[in-house]
Amino acid sequence: MAAVFTPTKAARRGMGTLSQRRMVAGFLFVLPAVLFTVAMFIFPLLMTGWMSLHNWPLLGQATFLGIQNYVAMVQDSQFWASLWFTTQYTLLVTPPIFILAFLLALLVNSALRGIGIFRTIYFIPVVIGLGTSSLLWVWLLNDRVGILNGILLDLGWIQQPVIWLVDKNLAMTAIVVSIVWKTVGFSMILLLAGMQAVPDELYQAAEVDGASYWQRLWYILLPLLRSTFALALVLSVIGSYLAFDQFYIMTRGGPQNQTITAVYWIFNNSFTYYKLGYGAALSIGLLVILGLLSVLQLRVLRDDTTY
Amino acid sequence: MYVVGIVLAVLFLFPIFWSTLTSLKSPAEASAVPPTYLPSVLTFENYVKLNQYGAGIARYIFNSAGVALITVLGTVVLSTLAGYGFSRFRFPASNLLFLMLLAALMIPFQSILTPLFLLMSAVKLQNSLIGLALVYITFQLPFGVFMMRNTFDVVPREIEEAALLDGCSTWQMLTRVMLVLVRPGIITVAVYAFLNSWNEFLAALILMTQEVNFTLPILLTSVRSGYYGAIDWGALQAGITVTILPCIVLFLFLQRYYMQGLMGGAVKG
Repeated sequence: MAAVFTPTKAARRGMGTLSQRRMVAGFLFVLPAVLFTVAMFIFPLLMTGWMSLHNWPLLGQATFLGIQNYVAMVQDSQFWASLWFTTQYTLLVTPPIFILAFLLALLVNSALRGIGIFRTIYFIPVVIGLGTSSLLWVWLLNDRVGILNGILLDLGWIQQPVIWLVDKNLAMTAIVVSIVWKTVGFSMILLLAGMQAVPDELYQAAEVDGASYWQRLWYILLPLLRSTFALALVLSVIGSYLAFDQFYIMTRGGPQNQTITAVYWIFNNSFTYYKLGYGAALSIGLLVILGLLSVLQLRVLRDDTTY
Repeated sequence: MYVVGIVLAVLFLFPIFWSTLTSLKSPAEASAVPPTYLPSVLTFENYVKLNQYGAGIARYIFNSAGVALITVLGTVVLSTLAGYGFSRFRFPASNLLFLMLLAALMIPFQSILTPLFLLMSAVKLQNSLIGLALVYITFQLPFGVFMMRNTFDVVPREIEEAALLDGCSTWQMLTRVMLVLVRPGIITVAVYAFLNSWNEFLAALILMTQEVNFTLPILLTSVRSGYYGAIDWGALQAGITVTILPCIVLFLFLQRYYMQGLMGGAVKG
């Protein structure tokens, strides 16, 4: 009996100090990550807000401006042009990504043998860098050495090489194609995860009731995928709104600043003109817009389904 | 259906395959107008030419690998400690701190690059591999902590209770018992940290202004923009191959862990 009681007694006696010690231990475990985040994320975030209220050159003294940077932002026609361009880009790139991602997800969700290999292949462009893939496409699209023009010429679809990246509309088309190639696998996997979460019984029941494949797709699968679509859409739209690499590398913002995205404009102000305060104000502006966009999208696609 | 699948697979692989193939052509053939489809000879001359840029390709591979390694180590250590803390211990403000760590998921890092640049300059970590890695760790931490907390959450408590009865200390519990059990989570976090660090462009462009400290994507952009004279397309394809090959190999080997990270985020997020 004594042998059984002793550990319990000891544990009971030590309970208060033990739980306190565990409290301290837990706090110590998370402390490094917390300190790191405070120093490298919270502090810079607050500093962005503080800098946005100043004229802040790279060298020399910052001077307080109040809300003047924000007034300048509202009057900055390039800022609005960049936002509008970024919006156009987002509107153009999102539908092909989602239509293709959905079709690819349907394909790789089938029970065919070896379908996993296709899933892997479609996903490969996702794991290479956007900067690197943009460079790759610069070469593919080149009017002299690019293979794309070579193929189109050999097929007889074009009579002379197309100079893709110097015309705004052609450049937009080319960049959209390159980004769909690069990112569609990501949305495909998210949609696939959503599809696999739909219980088989629902399909079987519908099949018994005589619903065709397309009817099952339209009336059962799509409604049930709402929340997955919402997540994938938010991630994709935010990604498009933050576009920089592809335009910096593929068009360098040209011709005549016509392909300057919002982040590109922030980059130019902060790191080309060294108007750091103004760049900070633009950053805050972009943050607010992104926040509103996410809320809007989640509201539109809010999901109340349970199964 | 197989036909559709195969046609699509060819389209998806085509750009990468073509780039790699071109990197193995002779330099003259790689820049030929119009381009040739298949190389007439296979040679590594473009790689030799790539090595003549700046400080040599070895230096840039070292830079990219160094930053990626520090990022992986830092992210894994901080995320594992924090994930363990958040999963197994109750302490004041734990939920608040957890939310604070996750907040960085919702704030794009592009919006705080300017102060980060000033911060790094102030502590003399601009143009430093460590400085760039610190920035990358910051933006890997939210995912890392989230992933590790979830991984620790599914380890049965009975295992710990048994170890506690054996007289295991809290620290020993983590290092001797838990680490083995949460290894899949650690690999997932490490894979993401590596790929995101290796591939990142904007922060590296801003922080690494001295040529000798460039990471691979920044070096390639310089090669492409004619910074070193006329664009050498063969060398560029060699550079692209060197940059994307490690990513693809890593992904093919650790695909399961990569997908787990994506699914975990999709289901829980």
